Amino acid sequence: MAPANTHQAKTQFGYRRHPDQDRPGPSPAEHPVVIVGAGPVGLSLAIDLAQRGQRVVLLDDADRIGEGSRAICFSKRSLEYWDRLGVGDRMVDKGVVWSVGRIFHGESQLYQFNLLPEDGHKRPAFINLQQYYAEAYLVDRINDLPEIDLRWRNRVTALEQRNDSALLTIETPEGAYRLNAQYVVACDGARSSLRQMVGAEFAGQVFEDQFLIADVKMTAEFPTERWFWFDPPFHAGRSALLHRQPDDVWRIDLQLNRYADPVVEKKPENVRPRIARMLGHDKFEFEWISLYKFQCRRMDRFIHGRVIFAGDSAHQVSPFGARGANSGLEDAENLSWKLDRVLRGTSPASLLESYHVERSMAADENIRESTRSTDFMAPNSHQEARLRKAVLSLAKETEFGKRMVNGGRLSVPCSYDTALSSPDADAWTGGPRPGCSMLDAPVAERGYLTDAFRKGGTDFTLLSFSNGVAFDAPDGVKDIRIGGEGGLGDPSGLATKRYDAEPGAAYLLRPDGYVAARFRHPTREAIQTALSRAAGLN
Amino acid sequence: MPLSTSSNFARPDDAFRAIVEAHRGLTEEQSADFDAALVLILANHIGDIDVLREAIGLARRRMIDGQQQQQQQQ
Repeated sequence: MAPANTHQAKTQFGYRRHPDQDRPGPSPAEHPVVIVGAGPVGLSLAIDLAQRGQRVVLLDDADRIGEGSRAICFSKRSLEYWDRLGVGDRMVDKGVVWSVGRIFHGESQLYQFNLLPEDGHKRPAFINLQQYYAEAYLVDRINDLPEIDLRWRNRVTALEQRNDSALLTIETPEGAYRLNAQYVVACDGARSSLRQMVGAEFAGQVFEDQFLIADVKMTAEFPTERWFWFDPPFHAGRSALLHRQPDDVWRIDLQLNRYADPVVEKKPENVRPRIARMLGHDKFEFEWISLYKFQCRRMDRFIHGRVIFAGDSAHQVSPFGARGANSGLEDAENLSWKLDRVLRGTSPASLLESYHVERSMAADENIRESTRSTDFMAPNSHQEARLRKAVLSLAKETEFGKRMVNGGRLSVPCSYDTALSSPDADAWTGGPRPGCSMLDAPVAERGYLTDAFRKGGTDFTLLSFSNGVAFDAPDGVKDIRIGGEGGLGDPSGLATKRYDAEPGAAYLLRPDGYVAARFRHPTREAIQTALSRAAGLN
Repeated sequence: MPLSTSSNFARPDDAFRAIVEAHRGLTEEQSADFDAALVLILANHIGDIDVLREAIGLARRRMIDGQQQQQQQQ
């Protein structure tokens, strides 16, 4: 895609010859992990693995960060992950923070929602940030990490699966060379060439309706909120979305007729009047224009021999739920600690299967949610359109109608029904269940629970609520204590409340911040059993 | 709680009549719009996805029975 009037690539990187390309003899260089694709997922995964002490080769076929805002909404969960990777502050400082969305029908507002209505969280519900900034900050971080060997203009052209490795053939401006990797992680996007090389299908649904995306530069007084219209006066019969990004850039998505000709629709002279109608003025410049169709597809299996798929290469969803890049980042955080343990030999290779199980479950959830949103925005039949009309009209005067209006359900972390979790043995009336993501809360001295969790690198962690008796976490398990002597204060009481904790309670957290088990009255033995289970040791 | 198919109205004719009369004077298109709104209002009032699914199943069986009848007549 080469939309007219775009700015130049944000950052250009040079190809550099690597000694691996000059190895004498027939045997290729050996590497524990090769990641293919330096997008947000590949970059984040590389950093995570490097912080765990793994050496990583990261290959990308381009030599620059792509143009266009692309993924713009990064979730609280993703920001917490980026905090762990040392880039959270930069993302949030540059990004536009938001939590309120409004849905309009015609001229009038149907309702508004707040995705993070409570205080006491380090990170907001979402930030909007152009993908090229996110990638640039991740690349900067990689430059601090000698464990990562980032090679631009290295395109994988062939893959050979071996018993305990995968052999890659890589094309560069100076010819081809080969690498042998214990594991290859394919983060090479929706059109993944590695997916083709392993011969996997990418099955699912392609929707007929087309959407036009435009990044528009202008100074405007709209609030920092997500505005979504059904049947707006400026774009009759279709939907529209307006979102603010940094640098006075606004993302506008307009639903088009399914028979619209992409080449014609993308011409700036055709886009301009549409946007001018929406904004009520003509004082804007285009930064980027693109056209897309909704697609909801996934691979049947995310692991093929020694090749593991993460992000859009494994699953693709419609936008309007911020489920693309965010779910890819969740893939990275789920995979990283498992791959690290397997490479170290502290967990068996079978632990990786739980990556496939957990993340394909999440992909199904994301596909289900985004398919529903898509169907609501672009009804498939006259009757579906009729039901939608009824919902929109009921939404004006009923609460249930408002809640049925689907202008995109925004990404929240998936809960895993997983063999790594230990089922509750005690009675709980709240708090995150095993298989759910940890919740943030303010704690004294260190700021937030998520800060305490990531400090010194994430590993299995016992989060305990003191009853005055010092409790020792098993070997190799980090310890966060709330209350008691030497523990973190909980002056607001929110940590205790959000974890439904009474004195003595404890949560065992996985290295990705998911709850593995929880106990009202933990014993060393019960914790050890849950730990073994979560590490895939039994 | 499963879907109740026993007669719940003291005066079933009143209920049927109320729905019939609500359609009076509407075009086919308006009638269909009306039904769509009514279904959503009642579904929300039931507020139980299992009961709703059961009701959908019971209604769907009319379509299957209808198709079979048509086939037999042909």
